[in-house]
Amino acid sequence: MTTTPSRSVDVVVVGSGPAGLSAAIELRRLGVERVIVVERERSGGGVPRHCHHTGFGLRDLHRLMSGPRYAEELVRRAEAAGAELRVGTTVTDLRSNGLIQLSSRNGVATIEARAVVLATGARERPRSARLVPGDRGAGVFTTGQLQQWTYLKHLPVGSRALVVGAEHVSFSAMMTLRHAGVRTVALTTELPRHQSAAVFAAATRFLYRVPILTSTRVVSVNGRGRVSDVTLEHASSGRRWTESVDTVVFTGDWIPESELARRAGLDIDEGTLGPSSDRFGGTSSPSLYAAGNLLHPVETADVAALRGRDVARRVARDVKSGAALSNLERVSLVVEAPLRWVWPNRMSSPRDVDGLFIRVGRFDVRRTLHAHQDGELIGTARTPRLVPNRSLGVSRDVLANANPRGGTIRLSLSV
Amino acid sequence: MSVTSMGDRNVHDGVVDVTVIGAGAVGCAIARHLARYDLSVTVVEQSNDVGNGTSKANTAILHTGFDCVPGTLESSLVRRGYDLLGSYAALAGIAVERTGGLLVAWDDEQLDALAALQEKAEMNGYAETRLLSAQQVREREANLGEGVRGGLDVPGESIICPWSTTLAFAKEAASGGVTFLFNSTVTGVAFGDANSVVTTTSGDVRTRWVINAAGLSSSDVDGLCDHHDFTVVPRRGELIVFDKLARGLIRSIILPVPTSRTKGVLVAPTVYGNLLLGPTAEDVDDPFDTATTENGLARLVDAGRRILPKLLNEEVTATYAGLRAATEFQDYQIRPHPEERYVCVGGIRSTGLTASMAIAEHVVELVIGAGVALTERNVVAVVPAMPPLGESQRRRYDDVEAIAIRNDYGEIVCHCERVSRGEIVDACTGEFAAPDVGGLRRRTRAMNGRCQGFYCAAEVVALLNELTTGPPSSSSVKAP
Repeated sequence: MTTTPSRSVDVVVVGSGPAGLSAAIELRRLGVERVIVVERERSGGGVPRHCHHTGFGLRDLHRLMSGPRYAEELVRRAEAAGAELRVGTTVTDLRSNGLIQLSSRNGVATIEARAVVLATGARERPRSARLVPGDRGAGVFTTGQLQQWTYLKHLPVGSRALVVGAEHVSFSAMMTLRHAGVRTVALTTELPRHQSAAVFAAATRFLYRVPILTSTRVVSVNGRGRVSDVTLEHASSGRRWTESVDTVVFTGDWIPESELARRAGLDIDEGTLGPSSDRFGGTSSPSLYAAGNLLHPVETADVAALRGRDVARRVARDVKSGAALSNLERVSLVVEAPLRWVWPNRMSSPRDVDGLFIRVGRFDVRRTLHAHQDGELIGTARTPRLVPNRSLGVSRDVLANANPRGGTIRLSLSV
Repeated sequence: MSVTSMGDRNVHDGVVDVTVIGAGAVGCAIARHLARYDLSVTVVEQSNDVGNGTSKANTAILHTGFDCVPGTLESSLVRRGYDLLGSYAALAGIAVERTGGLLVAWDDEQLDALAALQEKAEMNGYAETRLLSAQQVREREANLGEGVRGGLDVPGESIICPWSTTLAFAKEAASGGVTFLFNSTVTGVAFGDANSVVTTTSGDVRTRWVINAAGLSSSDVDGLCDHHDFTVVPRRGELIVFDKLARGLIRSIILPVPTSRTKGVLVAPTVYGNLLLGPTAEDVDDPFDTATTENGLARLVDAGRRILPKLLNEEVTATYAGLRAATEFQDYQIRPHPEERYVCVGGIRSTGLTASMAIAEHVVELVIGAGVALTERNVVAVVPAMPPLGESQRRRYDDVEAIAIRNDYGEIVCHCERVSRGEIVDACTGEFAAPDVGGLRRRTRAMNGRCQGFYCAAEVVALLNELTTGPPSSSSVKAP
């Protein structure tokens, strides 16, 4: 990358999903002058652009609307607030000192930012990354691909589908399939129960008459030119059978879109696989911040938006004062199984934490979360009922006695 | 228009001088070589694209031939082909990275085998190998797993873009007047005194000479010619492609030391910036069975964990299986039958990509040796300028001058692989336009990345449909 920037700005936000746009709006509201939002797609708004169901905007805009409507509204507000949205523009390189390389139809440019907010979101783990063997016939999707395929491009999908997963997004995939005229044969999950809201599961089973196959693993996807069937296996009995389908949708199992964070050399959290950060998106590099589902894959759009605002407040303060903290000065939070991850996973002061998001690997009743630091139990808190793949919130009280200058804080669950 | 698809009968009227069966790397290399002579040449291909069999799913290594069986035709052709293809790649803009190879010994048996391998390399005319101590191996490749006992440095081993190679051969051949017939499966070959007839599912081709470069089907085609000199047993190799974020874990191709018990698996960088782990080796009956298996992938993951433990911390981008045309023999099955004006170019195994241009030379020598006088043409075929698919090249999205001329090179559509809209437009138009999603992937890398289409598949496939002339066919409206 060329080291002579063609332009210098205050903040570059990478990604125009709910977190990125909300951060940009807040930055402008707080008086940060030059804010650019870089979006690699042709239109802003992120994943909600292709989520044609309601439920967006509740906690951040205090209105309920569809995904596309919500995306448009955030873009409108960002532009009205004076943020510059550059669509069709990709950040191809990012340095920890805030130098950014961009490619677009206008060419290749290097810009310099006093602060960069990475809001690149998360994606679903595709079939290949789940190591599901078999043939490579057409008809294998993720939900994100299926939604764009159906709602944005109106491409034909298939006629009979299997949805792999039974978390929130899996039910959304089923509704998209219905819209596309595809019959869903079943939802499958390797876990003993679905992980979504009871009402979604009940509607699936009784209203749409789609079975949810629990404790069921996808052994292989078969069919050469086109998917013809899927081999499934029941966990306890080991029984194997096939379902004839021409479409398979791999849903959920979110991973952060972390390439830029990795290339910029940021510390990565072993649990989330996103940059390790505190509540305000501070990372291991003083001029790089992160916001949204890149950090906690995934929370709902409105939560990502609210977190984006939080990050913006800190960025605005640091940009104005010229001071920023790096992760090296923060305490790490790590988890023990069956906890999968915690966010924030860095903390500078217990006062800064307004609650923890955790993920677990198994179902359980409510448990007590223990926090240990330097060998001492420093706090406990009750968890909600434990459901894998679902956002679980825990009170900040568990960290109230944490020592900001102490060692790593270990979180575990009572047996 | 020299690229003819199914249904165009004009070409069938006359008698062509040479018919090449198979448009893989070898068939296209032969066609390209023949194009320099005053000959009419037709390539018949059963699938809808060039390089759609063994040539598309391999380890993409440009082999020095250090470990060939000395004295074989394969040994000499790989050695010559290595130089020919290396130079051609530079000329045509095909990505090559001179990474070098490193055989790593993990036990006594393997350590003892290294000296013999070095000797074998010398017998194959490759004198640049060097024995390394465990310490030296570690210094070069810090991320290798525990238990390294020693190594053999093979500095010439390189990696190449296999897709661009075959396509470049085909494009150059076409520019020299070679006709390609796709979707044409050969169902019979009848040799005659003056002319022979190659019967295909899309019509007959009357021809003077027949060259069988049918890869996995080469023994079947040989059978249609009433020869039964060898049998292809498709050998399936499963491979795992790891995320580009793993690329920095190694510098060279990490090669296994073959022993009496196992051939082992390698970890190789790709020119696209990924790491490749594989292949397994399993004989299968079906020449189209490219399924991956539970056992195969599990074995690769185990091997990967031992060779390069950190590899398993990275995401898997893709898994696939390729088939190699193994036979009961230790060598290529290249046999001239001058009385029938037929050359069989069968049993070309995994080294075939490297050897392809030397095989072409050799085949033409065999034809000349049969008493055919070939005259060079005045009009020369044009070496095509292939789009830069390699990470060592200046990609379009990063090319200020290219974007200034064509601004759609600046708009990235496939984000993981950084493929621009302009590159997709190029691949979907003109001669050898991508016939389907698979063809587009091989021409551009689009949708080959870590998201496997989460972000871009809808956009890319819609664009492919829009650019593909005529109504969308079932093959162009495919999910990847």
